[in-house]
Amino acid sequence: MKYIEEFRDGDLARRIATRIRAEARPERSYNLMEFCGGHTHAISRYGIKDLLPGNVNMIHGPGCPVCVLPIGRIDNAIELATSHSAIVCTYADTMRVPASNGLSLMKAKARGADIRMVYSATDALRIAQDNPAREVVFFAIGFETTTPPTAIIIRQAQALGLTNFTVFCNHVLTPAAITHILESPEVRELGIVPLDGFIGPAHVSTVIGSQPYEYFAEEYQRPVVIAGFEPLDVMQAILMLVRQLNEGRAEVENEFTRAVTREGNEKAKSLVADVFELRRSFEWRGLGEVPYSALRIKETYAAFDAERRFGIAYRSVADNKACECGAILRGVKKPTDCKVFGTVCTPENPIGSCMVSSEGACAAHYTYGRFKDIEVRAA
Amino acid sequence: MTKGRSDYVRPVDFKHGRVDMTHGGGGRAMAQLIEELFARAFSNEWLAQGNDNALFTVPAGRMVMATDSHVVSPLEFPGGDIGCLAVHGTINDVAMAGARPLYLAAGFILEEGFPLATLKRIVESMAAASREAGVPVITGDTKVVEQGKGDGLFITTTGIGVVPPGVEISGDRARAGDCILVSGTIGDHGVAIMSLRENLTFETTIRSDTAALHGLVAAMVDAVPTIRCLRDPTRGGLGTTLNEFARQSGVGMLIHESKIPVRAEVNAACEFLGLDPLYVANEGKLIAICPPEDADRLLGAMRTHPLGAGAAIIGEVVADAHGFVQMETSFGGRRVVDWLTGEQLPRIC
Amino acid sequence: MCLALPARVVELLPASEGTIDLGGVRKRISLELVTDVQPGDYVIVHVGYALQKLDPAEAERTLALFAESGLTDGTA
Repeated sequence: MKYIEEFRDGDLARRIATRIRAEARPERSYNLMEFCGGHTHAISRYGIKDLLPGNVNMIHGPGCPVCVLPIGRIDNAIELATSHSAIVCTYADTMRVPASNGLSLMKAKARGADIRMVYSATDALRIAQDNPAREVVFFAIGFETTTPPTAIIIRQAQALGLTNFTVFCNHVLTPAAITHILESPEVRELGIVPLDGFIGPAHVSTVIGSQPYEYFAEEYQRPVVIAGFEPLDVMQAILMLVRQLNEGRAEVENEFTRAVTREGNEKAKSLVADVFELRRSFEWRGLGEVPYSALRIKETYAAFDAERRFGIAYRSVADNKACECGAILRGVKKPTDCKVFGTVCTPENPIGSCMVSSEGACAAHYTYGRFKDIEVRAA
Repeated sequence: MTKGRSDYVRPVDFKHGRVDMTHGGGGRAMAQLIEELFARAFSNEWLAQGNDNALFTVPAGRMVMATDSHVVSPLEFPGGDIGCLAVHGTINDVAMAGARPLYLAAGFILEEGFPLATLKRIVESMAAASREAGVPVITGDTKVVEQGKGDGLFITTTGIGVVPPGVEISGDRARAGDCILVSGTIGDHGVAIMSLRENLTFETTIRSDTAALHGLVAAMVDAVPTIRCLRDPTRGGLGTTLNEFARQSGVGMLIHESKIPVRAEVNAACEFLGLDPLYVANEGKLIAICPPEDADRLLGAMRTHPLGAGAAIIGEVVADAHGFVQMETSFGGRRVVDWLTGEQLPRIC
Repeated sequence: MCLALPARVVELLPASEGTIDLGGVRKRISLELVTDVQPGDYVIVHVGYALQKLDPAEAERTLALFAESGLTDGTA
C-alpha cells in the first residue's frame, strides 16, 4: 500500500530514534501531548515509546471524539430509537460506549431498538430514502475531519426534499479543546501538568489547515508540529518538537506536508460554514463545559435538526465516581493511576469512555502496553 | 403398474416455493422435503433407510466428537456458503484432535418463508463438500420456525472421528520452547464476509478460505506424531486461538508480525475498516504447536499439501506465568496480542 | 481519531463519485470535497469521502527527511 508502508519502515524508525536520543538534552524533560486519538493508537500499536529516551514523555490528549462524548448525549441517541421509534444510524465506534441505566447503543439494539451501523454518512441518507415512512436520524460525531460529510448530506437531504431525515449533531472542535487544556489550572497556574509542546492532529488539519494552531503557539508559547498518522510521521514530529524546544522556538511546523497546507480544504470549510454554527458551550466528558467548542445546525437547515424535531432534552450525567477518565483526558493522570483500570474497568466491561474507544488512552494501554507494567521474562 | 390419479404427488417446487410450517410438521410435506432434497443430495445407505437414526460399527480405539452451530450471515459469500461451512467446520474440529473424521449429523432450522431455491443450493453445496471430504452426513433433523424467529437458516453439524494410537493432541500441551506454525494466510474468511455486509461493500477478489483440513492434518500427524496442539482459528482469529492455548497450557507466546502470512488485499481491507487481521475469522487454516526439533519437518509436510502451501513458522512458546501472547511488530517494538473484546467492529476514529 | 487512508483514484464516476483502490481493494467513494482529481491521483479517504489530494512530491520530500534524520549519527 503506497504512502502507507514506506511510512512504517522499522529501520528508518530506529534512525530517527537515534537522532532523538542524540538531540534530547539529558538535563531536561520533554513533555509532549499528542492531542489526537489516532496518534495515541499509533504510539501504542507500534510501541513507539520503546524507541524514545526516558526524558521524552508522551501525554495522551482528549482528541478522541467518542471518548469526550458525554453520557447524556448517548442517552439522547438511545432515546431517539426507543421513545421516538426512529432508525438511528451511527458509526460503529459509539456502539459500545456505556450510557445510563446499564445501556449502550449496542445493548439497546439487542433489545429491539432499530439502531444501524453505517460506514459513511451517505449510507444514512440512503436508509432515509429507502424508508420514507420512518424517521431516520444520523448520529453525527467527530472532529473537523468528520464534519464536512455531515454538511454534505444535510444539503443533499434538502435538495432531495426529504421530510423523514434529521441529524443529531455532536461535532466538536479541536482548537477549542487545546485551548481549554492549556487554560486548565493544572497547566496554567499549578504547573502540575508540564506541557511543553503538541503533536497536532493529522486529518483534522487536512480540513482546517495549519493556520488555526498559530494562535496557541503564539499565545501560550508552545510549539506545535502537525504529524501524519504513520509511526514514522509521529517520530519525526517528536524530533521536530525536541528541536524547537532546544532552540527556544514556539512555532507551528507541518510534518504532514503531503496532505496538509496552511489553508486546508477551502471547499470543505465553506460547506461546513454554510450548514453549521458554533454552540456557545458544550459539555465534554472529562473536561466539563467548554466554550465555543461544538457545532449545531443553522436555522436554514432546521428541518434536518434532530434536536429541534424531537425536542431532545439534554441531561448531564456524572461519570462513575471511580472513573478517572476526566483526569486522563486532560493528561493529568495515566491509565495506571486509575484504581479501576484493568480490574473492574476492562475493554469487556468499560466503566468510562477511555476504555471503550480503541484509541482511548486506557484501551490503547490495556490492549497494547499493559504487559510492560508487569515484568515479563521470555524463556 | 399404472399409478392412479390419487397416487400423484406434486414434486416440491424448488424454483418458486418457500418453506412453510408444514415442512417441519412431521407429516407428508416434511417427508417429501427430506426425500426430494436432503436424502437425494446427501445420497447414502443410511439416509436411504429412512430411519430417525443411523447404525454403524464403532472402530476400536479412542473416539472424538465435535459439534458446531452455524449462523453466518450472509448465507452465501465468495468462496462458499453456510452449507459447506457447516461441513468443513465440524470436520475440522474433529480433525484438530488428530482424528480421522467418520460421520456427520446435520440439524436444520428453517425460517418460514425461506426460498426453497436457496435451500436447495445450500444443501447441494453441503452435499458436495461432504462427498469431496469423504465424510457422509448419515442422519439429520429438520424444524421450521415462524417467520421472524430465525435468520433464514441455521445449521448444526455434529461429527465423530477416531484418533490413531499414540496421538496426543490437546490445547494444554504447549511447552516453553515449542514452535508455533500457521498453515497459510489469515483473515481471508472474515474479510470475504464483511465485504458483503450492508453498508460495508467494497469490491475485492478475496474469497473465503473454507476447507476441510483433515487430509492436511493426517499428513502432518504422519510426519510429526509429536504435535502438541492443533486448532483452527475461526471466530476471534489467530489472536484469540493463541490466547486460548496460552491459557490452557499455562504459558506465554512470542510471535513475529513479519512472519505471519496475510494477503495484501486482506491487509488493505482491514486498514479501511480499522480492523486487526489477527482477530479476523478463518475457516480453512490451522495453528499447530510442536517441539522445536520437529518444526522444520512439520513445515515441510504442511507445505507439500495443497491446503498448507502457504504455511509458516510464526513464533515460539515461552515461559510466562501471566500467559501473555506478545508480538514483535514489523516496526521493531513489542505489543501484547490480547483476547478479543466482543466482536471486532469497524471504526471511523 | 479519524481513520483516513491514502488511496489511488482509479475511475471517476457521475455525481462527484469515484472508485479508489487501496492495496487491491476497491471502493466507491465521494469526491465532493476535492477538486481537479484525475485517475492516478492519490486522495486521503475518511468515512467514504476524499478529504484532500495527496501531494506525491511532498511525500517524497518527507521520506527523504526521515532518511536524512539518521544520516548524521552521534553528534548533536
